[in-house]
Amino acid sequence: MKADLKPDLASYLLAMADDEMILAHRNSEWTGHAPILEEDIAFTNLAVDEMGHAGLWYRLHADLADEDPETYPDRLVFFREAPFFRNIQMVELLRGDWAFSMLRQYLFDVAESVWLPDLASSSYQPLAETASKIAREEMYHLRHTQAWIRRLGRGTPESHRRLSQALDEIWPYALQLFVPQPAEEELAAEGLVPLKSAARETWLAKVEADFKASDLALPDGGEPPTTDRRAHSEHLVGLLTEMQSVARAYPGVSW
Amino acid sequence: MQEVTGLPTIPQIWEALEGVKDPEIPVVSVVELKVARQVEVDGSHIRVTITPTFAGCPALSAMRDEIRSTLLGLGFETAEVSLKLDPPWTTDDLSQETLARLRQFGLSPPPKHGGNVRLVLDQPAACPYCGSDDTQVKNDFGSTACRSIHVCNNCHQPFEAFKPL
Repeated sequence: MKADLKPDLASYLLAMADDEMILAHRNSEWTGHAPILEEDIAFTNLAVDEMGHAGLWYRLHADLADEDPETYPDRLVFFREAPFFRNIQMVELLRGDWAFSMLRQYLFDVAESVWLPDLASSSYQPLAETASKIAREEMYHLRHTQAWIRRLGRGTPESHRRLSQALDEIWPYALQLFVPQPAEEELAAEGLVPLKSAARETWLAKVEADFKASDLALPDGGEPPTTDRRAHSEHLVGLLTEMQSVARAYPGVSW
Repeated sequence: MQEVTGLPTIPQIWEALEGVKDPEIPVVSVVELKVARQVEVDGSHIRVTITPTFAGCPALSAMRDEIRSTLLGLGFETAEVSLKLDPPWTTDDLSQETLARLRQFGLSPPPKHGGNVRLVLDQPAACPYCGSDDTQVKNDFGSTACRSIHVCNNCHQPFEAFKPL
């Protein structure tokens, strides 16, 4: 890898890690509150999985930033302020109702199913290995959330109404997933990462197919609320306050 | 590489690692689970390379800590447990003996998939209690990310399966 691309790849990986971490934390709020016990367990496990994936991306980021991969991830997660997080706004939105959280996780899972196989052939070997490891597990996530989208879409008028409403709210936010990141073209030219713009078309086709099977219409167009990952909604601050409270109250504590 | 007298041999180290169990499945060790992959000794320093089963598995850090303290207990001055993802961990690597032990523990063992998990996903898990294949999936995620929940139509017993990966 060209040395001058190292910081750009590090930023790219930090964005992926932050997306997974914030989504995982939001979804963990369902623990003890999901509509049925089995789903409480499933959704919690899904959140733990995403957190594990975030951990792997943070390690790669640490390597590229010449930081210790064992300790740096915790510092990033627990001691950064909101403006320094690089997640898209979709993952920080309040958990909403069950349809909202499930649809958000589903749209994210489809996106991962699109770019993980490409990342698995990255010219940066550690990235390729991590993506290939994560892709194997993501298959289970998508299978689960796909089934729920069908269930809610074709369930009752109430579940359909809630899912449609969630779709209207989330859709523009989901499009931020495909906003190119800084230096993405240079990174792609070196075979390090795939282009997000190409992923968007594949993502749309996959989502459309699942929506058809769920009696949902694909929304027309739409624009993401922002194209800058440094910009956040007010919800991130509240999330971080809770997520970071123990680590900040007792720095260095282990449990 | 140099040997220091009084320290265990490589086979003895592997034997000691057999004592470190998966906290979620206490009948199998990190060796049988193929989580522990490599042992390297350099003087009084030891390094064990491990690989995660599921990346988010909370048991991994517990296993890691226990491996480290086991190694230190063997007399090494410094012990390092490093993580390696490649090749990715797969249930296909588990031995017949390990699979049988999972079954005795009450977990339906994962079917072999030869690298394509999708091929076996819709195959019914065998009931670990009565052996029947007449079972249904209740949930793709059980009490941990690596398990799914099923129910047996024959003996009506709910059970968990170790997911193929």
